[in-house]
Amino acid sequence: MRIVQAETIQKEITRLFLDAGVNIEKDVDTCLKNAANNEPSPVGRNVLEQIIRNNEIAKEEKLPICQDTGMAVVFAEIGQDVHIQGGSLENAINKGVRKAYDEGYFRKSIVAEPLFNRKNTGDNTPAVIHVNIVEGDKIKLLAIAKGFGSENMSAIKMLVPADGVEGVKKFVLETVDKAGPNPCPPIIVGIGIGGSFEKAAIMAKKCTAKPLNYSNPDPNYAKLEDELLESINKRGIGPGGLGGRTTALKVHIEYAPTHIAGLPVAINICCHASRHKSCII
Amino acid sequence: MISLQLPLKDEDILSLRAGDSVLLTGHLYTARDAAHKRLVELVDAGKPLPFDIKNETIYYVGPAPAPPGHAVGSAGPTTSYRMDAYTPKLLELGLKGMIGKGKRSDEVIEAIKKHSAVYFGATGGAAALISKSIISSEIVAYPDLGAEAIRRFTVKNFPVIVLIDCLGNNQYDIGKKQYAII
Ligand code: SF4
Repeated sequence: MRIVQAETIQKEITRLFLDAGVNIEKDVDTCLKNAANNEPSPVGRNVLEQIIRNNEIAKEEKLPICQDTGMAVVFAEIGQDVHIQGGSLENAINKGVRKAYDEGYFRKSIVAEPLFNRKNTGDNTPAVIHVNIVEGDKIKLLAIAKGFGSENMSAIKMLVPADGVEGVKKFVLETVDKAGPNPCPPIIVGIGIGGSFEKAAIMAKKCTAKPLNYSNPDPNYAKLEDELLESINKRGIGPGGLGGRTTALKVHIEYAPTHIAGLPVAINICCHASRHKSCII
Repeated sequence: MISLQLPLKDEDILSLRAGDSVLLTGHLYTARDAAHKRLVELVDAGKPLPFDIKNETIYYVGPAPAPPGHAVGSAGPTTSYRMDAYTPKLLELGLKGMIGKGKRSDEVIEAIKKHSAVYFGATGGAAALISKSIISSEIVAYPDLGAEAIRRFTVKNFPVIVLIDCLGNNQYDIGKKQYAII
């Protein structure tokens, strides 16, 4: 058994969120630059150039890439041979988030209760935490700072088996069309297919943090990812929604076994300010 | 590129067309969901607003806190449709300009036409870049709302694009149609 101090987890969470908030992922940057070179729409190009310049300024001056520094979502894969000492995992993560959002001059965007008084918690906690127990004696942390302009444009639908591939395509295109300019295109589209209602949504969220050059290892799903990306970029929505051919940078799909009666599909949309970092303890 | 002074003049608004790129200089007010709710509650109660809204421009933003040495933190636009329920009442009172991102409701577009106003877009997620064009910021009302308080920004060459002009032309529709491959 390996002992990991709660404080170590807390420090790593702080480091990951501080990093994610100001330093855009390299693959996103590269993808944006390629898109700017290929975008035929002048207004669209201008938006892409502003975003690229924005990300440089953010990095140089340690300013948040976007003022919506998001809701903190953490995926924690805990090796079953690890014992966490000196506090709970949940507390360690929330303390880490609190410190990052304070030190980074990040916006605190979380309300304690969603419906009646919506009072801000003042420190961007609590985080949404997904824990998985896995083999081994390591801890893998994935920190996602999720903006809500794009979160609000996400959707889930319980399709039926007869809807098939065409049904999935139709739902994805409808969702992207409906979102239009709102989620700050170019977007990254995370899709979870199968599982149960909540499993599909969690897979979709995870997809938004996959490397942009990654494709689903199953050739059927990889092909569907490519076809969807192509169809989305034919819609004309473009950077900032102002018209153009760069509406999405990538479509990622994850699938899971599901029930004989079901075909759950969840679509989590992420903006170009795709902020996520991971580490292994 | 067109350069305009804030507050906007009627003739400026009449000459702007959807798709025009504009640099704004002058002052504007910030407000998002919670502040709009309070403003409209005041209007409904027949009470005065905390600032004179006539001819003014509102920027839908909840900035990040200002780090030492900066007038504001990152400050890009938030999605505008969440303000749609409140906007027609503010246009009625003389609000002339709005800066945000994303689509507006038919009611808002009608009110923009009726009151000859303009809806600008700033680039969503270009928040650090935009903060460079904000030279000063002071809280005007509702400090208890934190990031959602109403602020008065002085801006210089704030880059925006006309999304909906006073005739109701909509850049989102025009641009999408132009680049769609069916
Ligand atoms: S959708 Fe993303 S880029 Fe746009 S404002 Fe929200 S966090 Fe920022």
